[in-house]
Amino acid sequence: MRLLAMVARRCLWMPPTLFGLLLIVFTVSHVIPSDPARVMAGENASASQVAAIRHQYGLDLPLPVQFLRYVKDVATGDMGKSLFTQRPVAEDLLARLPATMELALFAMSLAIAIGVPLGVVAALRRNSWLDHLVRVVTVAGLAMAAFWLAILLQLLFSMWMGLTPVRGRINGWGPDPITGFFTLDAVLLGDWETLGQALRHLILPTLTLALPAVATIVRFTRAGMINVMSSNFVFYQTAMGIPRRRIVWKYLLRAALIGTLTQIGLIFGNLIAGAVVVETVFDWPGLGTFAVNSILHSDYNAVMSFTVFTGVIFILTNLMVDIAQTMLDPRGR
Amino acid sequence: MNGFRRLLRDRSARLGLIVIAGLVFCAVFAGVLAPFPEDVNTYHLPRRLLGPGGINFLGTDRMGADIFSRLLFGARLTILTAVVATTFAVLIGVPIGLIAGYYNNRLSDLLMRVSDVFLAVPQIVLAIAIAQTLGPAIHNVILALSITYWPFWARLVYAETRSVRNEVFVEAAVAIGASPLRVMALHILPSIASSVIVRTTIGLGGTILVAAALGFLGLGPPPPTPEWGRMIAESREFLPQAWWYAAAPGVAILLVVMGFNLLGDGLRDALDPRLSRGTDDRTDGR
Amino acid sequence: MIAPMDADLLSIRDVSVSFTTESGTAHVLDEISLTLRRGEIMGLVGESGCGKTTLARTILGALPPNARARGTAITFDGRDLLTIDPREAADQIRGRAITFVPQDPFSAFNPLFTIGDQIFELLRWKSPDREAGERGYPRTRRRADHERALALLRRVQLPDIERLLRKYPHEVSGGQRQRLMIAMALLPEPRLVIADEPTTALDVTIQAQILRLLRELAVERGVSVLLTTHDLGVAWEICDRVTVMYAGQALETAPIEAFFRAPALPYTRLLLDSLPSGENPLRGIAGDVPNLVNPPPGCRFHPRCPEVSDVCRASRPPTSEPAPDHLVRCHHPLAVP
Repeated sequence: MRLLAMVARRCLWMPPTLFGLLLIVFTVSHVIPSDPARVMAGENASASQVAAIRHQYGLDLPLPVQFLRYVKDVATGDMGKSLFTQRPVAEDLLARLPATMELALFAMSLAIAIGVPLGVVAALRRNSWLDHLVRVVTVAGLAMAAFWLAILLQLLFSMWMGLTPVRGRINGWGPDPITGFFTLDAVLLGDWETLGQALRHLILPTLTLALPAVATIVRFTRAGMINVMSSNFVFYQTAMGIPRRRIVWKYLLRAALIGTLTQIGLIFGNLIAGAVVVETVFDWPGLGTFAVNSILHSDYNAVMSFTVFTGVIFILTNLMVDIAQTMLDPRGR
Repeated sequence: MNGFRRLLRDRSARLGLIVIAGLVFCAVFAGVLAPFPEDVNTYHLPRRLLGPGGINFLGTDRMGADIFSRLLFGARLTILTAVVATTFAVLIGVPIGLIAGYYNNRLSDLLMRVSDVFLAVPQIVLAIAIAQTLGPAIHNVILALSITYWPFWARLVYAETRSVRNEVFVEAAVAIGASPLRVMALHILPSIASSVIVRTTIGLGGTILVAAALGFLGLGPPPPTPEWGRMIAESREFLPQAWWYAAAPGVAILLVVMGFNLLGDGLRDALDPRLSRGTDDRTDGR
Repeated sequence: MIAPMDADLLSIRDVSVSFTTESGTAHVLDEISLTLRRGEIMGLVGESGCGKTTLARTILGALPPNARARGTAITFDGRDLLTIDPREAADQIRGRAITFVPQDPFSAFNPLFTIGDQIFELLRWKSPDREAGERGYPRTRRRADHERALALLRRVQLPDIERLLRKYPHEVSGGQRQRLMIAMALLPEPRLVIADEPTTALDVTIQAQILRLLRELAVERGVSVLLTTHDLGVAWEICDRVTVMYAGQALETAPIEAFFRAPALPYTRLLLDSLPSGENPLRGIAGDVPNLVNPPPGCRFHPRCPEVSDVCRASRPPTSEPAPDHLVRCHHPLAVP
C-alpha cells in the first residue's frame, strides 16, 4: 500500500516537473533570442519570410499567451512541425524512439551483465590484479568521449578488420514493425537471418554506449559491496556458517545493488545523451541522429521538441527506478 | 599542508596532478612549444593529410595544418571553457544549495524543485538546445554549460548543508546570534568545502567531455578554432586512411579528463580521510 | 576415556591470538586456557577491549583476516578446532554444533530480507535434519524445519508468529529481535551457544527477561553457554561459573558464589568494589587499560595492581587452585576463607 502511495506521490510530481521543463525550453527558444522568428527562419531568410513565420507560429503574441499555447499543444501531443521537413515532429520522434530504446536497452543490459559481477569480484579481491585492472578500465571508461570511442571502434572493427557493419541498423528495410525493436520483431516473425543482421549492427554502438555505463556500475557495485561487507549481518551469517557464496551472491549483492540502482536512472540518462553522438557516428536511425540532423538544418523546433521528449523519457525512467528501489529496500516503504 | 602531502602520497592523485600540470604548461606555452604556431589559422594544402612522423609529429589535417600545434592551442581553449563554465556553475549552484539547505521552508522547496527540473533532462541535451539557440561561439558554449551544470552543485551543497545544519557547531553559532549569512559563510561552507572541491575537480573533467561533444556536433566555436571535438568531427570523412587525425585529439581529451578524475579521487582521500576510496561515491557526477 | 563421555565440552589450552595492524602486532589474547563443561553457563567477564569477543570469535573460527590464532588446542567434543579443515568447520561446527547470539540484534539481521527468509536460510544449511554436505532444500525437510521453527518461536514467547516471519527486521522491536536471535541460535540444536554481550543493546527491563529466557532454554536443552559480558550483574543473573579476563589474559575462574563472595584475584576484588552500592560511591580502578601492541611483561595487570611486586613484572604467574574448582593465575592471590 505504501508502495502505491509512493508511486502516486511521484506521479503527482510529474506534471509540475514537466511544466518546469517546458518553461525552460520555452525560455531558451522564445525568450533568450531577441527575435525567435529570425532564428527559426534561418540566416538567409528575407524579411517577409521572417514575418510570415512570426505570424504562423504566433510569435507576435504576448509571451505568456505564447507559453500557455505551447503547454496546451505539448499536452495534447502536438509538438509542432519541423521547419525543415514540414512533418509533425511528435510523429518523427515516436517513429525513431524504438531504434534508440533498442540500443539503450541493449547497452544497459550489457553494462549490468558485465558491471555487476565485475564489481562484486573486484570488491571480494580488493587490491588484486583484477581489482587494479578494473580500476584502470573504470577510470578510462569514464574519461573517454563517447563519439571518439565510437569512431575508434568503427575504424578498428569495421573499416580495418571488416568484422562488423560500418553504419546503419540493418541492410535494407528491416522486419515488418510490430514493436519497432528489430531484434524482437525478427524473433516474433521467426526471421533468424534478420535477427543475426540486426545483432551484427548492434554490436559496436552497444559496446560504445555500454563502456561508460559499465564503469559507473562497477564503481558503485564495488563501493556498495565493500560498504556492506563489514556489516554485522555479514559477520552473523559467517559466524553461523552459512556458505560464503550464498552470503555474497544473495545477501550482500542485494544490499550493494541498492546503491548501484540509484545510479541506473542517471546511467540511462547518460545512455540517451550518449546516443545523440554515438548514433551520429554509426548512422543509427534513432532520436540522436534526428537531433543532430535537426541541428545541422537549424531546425529549431525539432531540437526543442527533442529536448522535451528526452526529458519525458528521463522522468519516466527515474520514476521506474524509484519504484524498483522501493521494492528492493523495505526500509523505504 | 598536511592534506597536500597526503595528496602527493596517493599514486593516482600524483598522476592526475602531473597530467593537469602538463595541460596547463601546454596551454600557457603553446606559442613556444608548437612547431607551427601559425597553423592555427593558415593552411598548406599541398601538405594535407600527412601521417605522423617527420616535421609533423602527429601528422597534418585536411588543411595541411600541423595537428600537434593545433592540439596545443586547443588545450588553451579547453582550459578556458572548463574553468570558466565550472566557475559559473559553482558560483550559481553553491549559494542556492546553501540557502535551500540552511532554511527549511517554501523557498528551499522551490529552489530544489527548480534544480530538479534542470536535472530532469540529460545535461548534454539541454546544453545542445541552448547552444543551438545561441549560435556557435565559445562564449555561448560556456553559457550553455554553466546554465545546465549548476544544479549538480546545488544538489550536493543542499544535501551536505542539510547534514551539518543540526551539528553542534552550527547550532552554537546560531545561538550566539550570528546572522544566517555569517553562519553559512563562516561555519557551514568551510565544513562542506572538501566535497565541493572534489566535485568541482571531477566536474572540470565532465565539462570538458560535454564541451567536446558540443564541438563534435558543430555547436562549438566555428573553424578554424582548434577545438578538439570539432577536430574529431572533421576527421571522419578521411577515415579509415587518416586515423591519426581522429586519434590524436581523442587521446588528448582522454588524458585530460582522466587527469581531473584521478585528481578528484585523490583529493577525496586526502581531504576527507574518513571516506576511503570506494566506500563513498556520493560526489560522483555523470 | 571415550571423548563423548568427557565432562568437558570445550577445552581451550594456551591459545594466543594476534592482529596485524598499522601500528604493529597487537597481542590480543595471551595463552588463554579455559574449560567449559556440558550443560553449564560460563560467563566471560572483563572490561571492553579485554579480548572476550576475540575469544568468542576464535572458538567460532570467525576471526578477521588480519588475525592469527595459535596454541596447543581448542578441543571441542573431541575435535581440535585449531587444526580442523575450514570447510568442515563451516559446514559441521559453525552454526550447527556451536551457534552464536550477537551483541546487537538490530544490525545482525539483513535489513532487506524478511525475518522468515533469514531463519529458513539458516535452517537450509544448519537444520539438525540436514545431511553433511547436502546442497538443496528438499520439501520434506523444509516442512519439518518450518514446524520446528514455529514451535521454538512460540517457546521464546514471540507473538503472532506467521505474521512475524513475513515482517522485515526494522518492523520488530529490539527485545523481539533478541528473542529471535536466541531462537535462531537454538534451532540447529547445538551443543554450545556463544552469546556475545547479548543484552548490551537492550533496555534494562528487557535484559532480565532475555537472560532468564536464555538460561531456561539452555538448562531445558542441556546446551552449554559461553556468555561474554562487561556487566557483573548479568553474570550473576545467569552464570554457573565465571572467568575474568584482563588485557587478553584469563586470570581467574570460579563458581559464581565463590566469585562474588571470595575472589582470589586482586583485579576481581577491585571490579567487585567498583560496583555501585549503598555504602560505596561509584569508583573506578586507577590506571589505564594497557596497549596490546606493547603489553606489560609478566602479568599484564601489574601496572594497576595494589599487590604488585617484582615477580609480577618478571614472569606470568602459574595457575593455582586456592579452593576446589577455583582457579587463579596470580603471584599474590588473596586469601580464600
